[in-house]
Order: sequence, then structure tokens, then C-alpha cells
Amino acid sequence: MGEMDEIIKEFLVESHENLDRLDRELVDLEKDPGNQEIMAGIFRTFHTIKGTCGFLGYSKLEKLTHAAETLLGHLRDGRLKLKPAITTALLSSVDAVREILAAIEKKGNEGKGEYSKLVQKLTVLGKEADEDPQEVQQIGDILIDKGIADEKDVDHALAEQAKGDPRHIGEILVDQDKVSPQEVKEALEQQQIDAKSGSISESSIRVDVGQLDKLMNLVGELVLARNQVLQYTYSSEVKDSAFLATSQHLNLITTELQEGVMKTRMQPIGNVWSRFPRVVRDLAVACGKKVRIELDGKDTELDKTIIEAIKDPLTHLVRNCVDHGIEDLAQRVEARKPASGVIKLRAYHEGGQVNIEISDDGGGIDPEKLKKKALSKGMITPDKASRLSEREAVNMAFLPGFSTAKVVSKVSGRGVGMDVVKTNIEKIGGTVDLQSQLGKGTTVKIKIPLTLAIIPALVVGGGGNRYAIPQISLLELVRLEGENARKGIEEVQGASVYRLRGTLLPLVFLSRELGKDHEARSEEAEGEIINIVVLQADERHFGLVVDKVFDTEEIVVKPVGKMLKGLSTFAGATIMGDGRVSLILDVMGLAQRANVVTEERDRSLVEMDGAAVEAVEEDRQAALLFEIGNGARMAMPLDLVARLEEISQTLVERSGNQDVVQYRGEIMPLIHLSEAVPERRRVARDPQASTDTPVGEKEKIQVVVYSHEGRSIGLVVNRILDIAEEKLEIQNEATRAGVLGSMVMQGKVTELLDVKTVVQAVNMKNFERQIAAETDG
Amino acid sequence: MAEGQQFCTFFLDNHYFGIEVEKVQEVLRFQDMTYVPLAPEVVRGLINLRGQIVTAIDTRRRLDLPPRPKDQLPMNVIIRANDGAMSLLVDEIGDVLDINEETFEEVPDTVQGLSRELLRGVYKLEGRLLLILNTEKAIDLSALN
Repeated sequence: MGEMDEIIKEFLVESHENLDRLDRELVDLEKDPGNQEIMAGIFRTFHTIKGTCGFLGYSKLEKLTHAAETLLGHLRDGRLKLKPAITTALLSSVDAVREILAAIEKKGNEGKGEYSKLVQKLTVLGKEADEDPQEVQQIGDILIDKGIADEKDVDHALAEQAKGDPRHIGEILVDQDKVSPQEVKEALEQQQIDAKSGSISESSIRVDVGQLDKLMNLVGELVLARNQVLQYTYSSEVKDSAFLATSQHLNLITTELQEGVMKTRMQPIGNVWSRFPRVVRDLAVACGKKVRIELDGKDTELDKTIIEAIKDPLTHLVRNCVDHGIEDLAQRVEARKPASGVIKLRAYHEGGQVNIEISDDGGGIDPEKLKKKALSKGMITPDKASRLSEREAVNMAFLPGFSTAKVVSKVSGRGVGMDVVKTNIEKIGGTVDLQSQLGKGTTVKIKIPLTLAIIPALVVGGGGNRYAIPQISLLELVRLEGENARKGIEEVQGASVYRLRGTLLPLVFLSRELGKDHEARSEEAEGEIINIVVLQADERHFGLVVDKVFDTEEIVVKPVGKMLKGLSTFAGATIMGDGRVSLILDVMGLAQRANVVTEERDRSLVEMDGAAVEAVEEDRQAALLFEIGNGARMAMPLDLVARLEEISQTLVERSGNQDVVQYRGEIMPLIHLSEAVPERRRVARDPQASTDTPVGEKEKIQVVVYSHEGRSIGLVVNRILDIAEEKLEIQNEATRAGVLGSMVMQGKVTELLDVKTVVQAVNMKNFERQIAAETDG
Repeated sequence: MAEGQQFCTFFLDNHYFGIEVEKVQEVLRFQDMTYVPLAPEVVRGLINLRGQIVTAIDTRRRLDLPPRPKDQLPMNVIIRANDGAMSLLVDEIGDVLDINEETFEEVPDTVQGLSRELLRGVYKLEGRLLLILNTEKAIDLSALN
């Protein structure tokens, strides 16, 4: 009995493969009824199934496939022309075969379904066949079937040929401008044998998936053992070079084996896509719309588990496109779009992830409609609604209970679909995003990590436990010590942030996120040190504050039980080198839970940042602090200062009643500020000031060079004190000329120099006249 | 003809429980567990079973029994489940018993202080009752989320 089971199992597996192919081929055939290759393939498939099921005693199946085969025979031999009714009947028989096979698989018998009606239909359709077989499809017929050439024109061309015209039909038609050369070329290509689909002789072998899973597990164990060997090898104790060489070799082999085994589980996404043309066709017919589907990147490979997981979500999305996305014929014509709607499926690898895009050129999603719907259902507040960006509004379609379709058809069901799609995709670690343009179309973008099996990860400590963070999400590590640690973390609008090279980074505290009872930093934290792990979740950055940072390790992602799959914060678990279990953090889940990855958050951060920057600019100014005679402290805005110079007293010359100095090619007047800004009090204010030596007798003088109308002016001061960043806010009004007012800077009373007045008092114009006079004379 | 059924037995807070022997993969002494934050309270942690990660369920909590005294370390009863193995933490392991089907009864009212829905029934043994655990229900935590 066991052998029989084996045979039946093989029959089922083979038949399923064949049926999947049939779906695709029948739709292709409908588009291209003259294609002999496809026709032959379909016929062969039914014939094979019929043969085997006869042998296995499945009479219902046999009757059904026999009827289909007969009908196909008529088509193949040209006695019958393919029309929608026939295609539908054939597709129905494919479904029926599937049903029966499912019953066989489950119960061992053919099930209770009755297919006599279908058999009858197939037979009746077959009876319509002509008795005289037509010739094998000629170019002319192909062109007619495709709607490119008129029957009249082809007949005319044929007549020409009959008269002795040596040209081919195609040539004649092109010369007469009835068809384009390109169209003839395509028709010719079709006539040729397409050696691809179906009967490929790729050498392949069927392997039980469970077996592959076991292999994966074992390879995982091997990786762990290899890690331990390497750890021992690189420790200082090992000096044996032979052992070193061997362990290196082991390392290489293990890595290759790991890659190889992962590859065995990869399957082309085309396997899932193959059924879509059929789905789209049936749905379009049911909705009374014209839709076609384009597949790009069907060879893109994914791990089998991922393929299983996305089958349903993708199907739902495609159905949604046809049902809700593409408008009906009248609307499309009115919008000046081609009558036939297009759904494009695109898959490609990028940045360690698989990207799948499903786009349609339909009516798009109206963000306003969604906002209204959300408001009416009380899902969001009016305030929030007004702050939503278009993209956020459109992505609300993923919220549960959201169907804005006017007619909730049986076809794609209620709004239960989209939120389930999102959940399913996020469960395998992926992200899904909606983009739409009203009137133009919608695109759904899905991103899924390639494989989860063995990944490099950073091990961190939080709340007394160790956690692993996949390196693919890791951007950088920031370590704050002492002063930086105390001041580094700022609090803006109740959220903790850290300014990383100018940008504000929202912070998440690991200990806090993992339990309400935990403090932001547990006792395990290293005293005054703050460790920030900068992570990336879907193009948004945030910082995770952890207690300790350990090493980077290659970890094996182990499957965990069902109930843990529901925890969004964890992506799985792994076994560390010491045999203990550690949980793997799901970066996206963590970010969402801590609420750091919404567009609103982004916007508020930008606002915060902007405000902070503005604050800096408004309030603080750099000022030069200096001392003039008798310890008087003064300040002036630093941007007025061109240079600070120390000039030897000997260089000071006298011109008229003005001290000058030759400075950079010009004659620079010197203003002694202690004279320009006279003190009313004679007693020194600052006992520490240098009152001993009058400026005039010092060897070197301190000059603050100020540029005015292209000329430099030197302000002589007693001492340069400091440069400070302070709010230049006058607290007390000016009490004398040359001073704008006084304020407290660096804890001391400081007067703000009124540079302009002081300089004017020097009477520049007179000075210039003097110079001119002297040089002339 | 009365069919015999074998049960793997264990103790929890002076109650005597049994699970069909086919459902039990193995029995282990106390294993180090990794705590899972944010998981339902009945999940005590994860253990490493020869490379397989097994979820350990605090059976006392699951059955609404009082918690185990702090210094008492639980034992692991590893259950074969559909999507991998699960561990039920118990106080002590008992013997494997051969039991006559005929003595099977519904859970009597005298059984108090624990979740009756997680029991399939009882067997009357000499001097005590063997409470038969509805294993599938016990390890199904989906309702808790």
C-alpha cells in the first residue's frame, strides 16, 4: 500500500505543477490563439493527467480530462476556433481537476463534486467543430487574429500571390501600408518554435521541503560550532599552525555550505506570479473591465517560506487593483486612458532586500476621501486629519475596517483585506507602503529581507539580559562619557533626543521599552556612560539607548513558537556561543512601539530642530571682551573685529595729533579707547587690572583692528580678555558717550562699546585731508 | 475489552496530573531560561533543547494555581506540538501509568482551585484522582493575546 501512496503522491505533485502552468498557458493562448506551441503543451498536459488517472482508477477525473482533451484536439487541429466561452470552459475544467486532486489528497477519493455538467459543456463546445480542418496558421491568419490586418486585405494579398507575385504575404501587406514591418516581424517570430516554457530539460530534482529545513538547521548548528572553534583559535593559547590552517579551512567550507544550502530554498517569485494572469482575466471578466497584467522580474528568487507567506497578500493586492483600482471602460475613455487597464508587477533585489511593486494605472486613491472616512468612523481626530500628509492619508487604507469601495463586491471583499496584507508582510519582517496619484494610478511597494537564517548581529545588554540586533539595521554606535553623557540627551516636547552631528535623533530606551517596571537605565549600566545604538527602520533613524554593548557575532535565527511571533518587538531568538538563548530585536517593531517612526514625528523633529537653531541665532552672539584703562571691562560684537594685533610701541608714529601705525600697506590711525571713552571715576574698578604701566609706556600695545569703509582703524586696549558667546542684551542704558549700555557678561559688569560713535569722533575726514596734505607737500 | 492508555504523570501543587504518553517528547530537569519581556505572564522563558528553542510555560499560572515557592526549581515536560516543542513547567515528575479506560470520568465538582476548562477529565485511582490535562488547550496561548 505504501508504494501506491508514493505513486499517488508523485501524481499529485506533478499534476499541481502542470495545472499551475495550464492557468498561465490558457490565458496566453487566449491572447494568441494561433500559437501552436502553447496549444500542443496544453493538450499534452491534459493527456498526461488523463493517462495517469485512468491507471489509478479515478473515473471522474478521467471523464473530465477526456472531454477537455477532445475539445483541445479540435482546437489543435484547427477544426475549432478559440473563443472566450471555450477558454472559460477549459479554465473551469482546470479548477475542477484541482478540486478533485485536493479531495484525493485529503480523503483518498475523488470527493463529492459533480462534474457531469462541465463534461457536457465541453462536449457540446466540441461538437461545434468544423469537419474540414483549416490549414496551419499562416502569417495572414495570425495578423487577422491579432486584429492588425483586415481579412479583406489578407485575401487580396493572397490573391496577388496566386497571380504569381513572388512576395510573401507579409511583404505585400507592408508594401500596401496595411501593416507595419514590426508587426510582420512579430508574427513571424510567433510562427517559430518557442523552445522555452514547459518542457525545459533543466536537470532538477524534487526534494521534500522538510528535508531542506533539517539541512538548514544542521548548517546553523555547524555555524555555531565553527564560531566556537574560531573563538578558540584566535585566543592566544593556540600556537599550532597546522590547527590554525585547518580551522581556517573549516571556516571557508562552512561559509560556502551555508550559502549553498540557503540557495536551495530559494525559489523564483514567478512561481507565485504564474497564477496571476488567470486571476486577472477572470476578475476582469467578472467586473466587466478590460485589464492586462505585466510581469517583470519573475526570476527574482526568494526563500520558500517567504514565498508561502506572500502568496495570499499579493493575490489580494492584485485582485484589489482589478476590482477597485482600474476604472470601468466608460470612465477610462472619459479620462482619455487606453481602454485596457494595466497592472504591473515588478520584483528585484536591492540592498539586501527583495522589492515587489504592484502598480496599476487606475483611478488612484483619494486622500480626502480616506480622511473623511476615517473622521466619520472616529478613527482620527479632526486635528490629526488636518496634519496628515498625502502619503500618510493614503496609507490609512491599511487600517482595519477600511473599505471605501462603494460596492463591496464579493470579489475582493470588505476592507478586511488590506490590514491583513500589512500584518502578514510585517510578520516576515517586511514593510509595505502605498503611493497613489488621483486619476493616474496606485503603487504598492513591498520590501522583504532576503533570508533570515544566519545573520551578523550586534549583541547588547539591556535590563540585565542580552539581545541581538541585526547588523543590517545598524548605522553606528555612539558612546557618551562624563560631561557629554550628562548634557548629551536633550528633552524636547517630552521626547528624549540626541543631537547627532547637527540632526536631532529620537531616542528609545531599551530597558524602558522592554518592561514598564524597568528604569530607563538599569543598575547594569556603566555609571556615567551612555551607549547609543543608531538604528535604521525604513529609512528613518533613531537611537537605542542600551546598558552595554558587547560584540558582533554571526547568529543563527531560530524559529520560535507561534505565540512569540505575535510580539512585534522580537524578530526571533538565537542561541549564543555559551548555549544560552537570546532574543533578537525587531528594529521596526521596536521603533513602532516606541512611536519614533511616523511622519508626524519627523515633522515635529524638524520643527524642534529649526526652532532650536533659530534660538541659537537670535540670542547668542560672539563678543570680544577686553579691558581699557583702570580695569574697565568692555565688549564689542566679534563680527566687527577684523584682527587682533600686538604692535610694538616703536612702530607707533605721530601724524598731526593722531597716533598712527603702518599696517598692511596702509596708514592706520590708532584710537586709545581709554581716552575715547573717558572714565568719570578715577579709582580702578577692577583691582586685578594692570594699572601699573600706562599704555604709552608699554613695549607692546594691544590693538583691535576694526574695518570702516574700507579703511582699518586700530582700537588700542589694555588687555584682551576673552571671546564669549552671550546674549548681547543691554540691561542698563548708556551713561556716557562711546558706550551703548552695560550688562553682565561672564558674571561681571561689562559695558558695550559704541564703536561707531567712537570712530566718528576721530574725525576721519580731517585725518584723510591731513594725510593727503602731507603726502602732497 | 478495556483498552489501556499510558499516561505520563506529574505533580503541581499537590494535584496529580497526567498527559497521554504519545504527546510527551521527553522530560528534563530544570533548565536555564531566557526571560521574554512583553510576553504573556504564563510564558516563563525560552530554553535551549539541543539547539531547538522551546517555549516554557508556567503551568501553575496557566491553571490558575498559586505560584511555586521561590526556592523550588521546576522540571520540564516537553510536549510535541504542531509547530515545534513546548515545555510545561511542573513541580515533580511522576511515573508512567497504565490506566484502564473504563475508570475515566468527567471532572467532579470536588476539584477546586484551578482552571477546569483545561482538564479533559479524571481517572479514579486508589486513593487519589488523576487529572487529565487537555494538552492542546493548555499550550494554546493565542487567546491570551
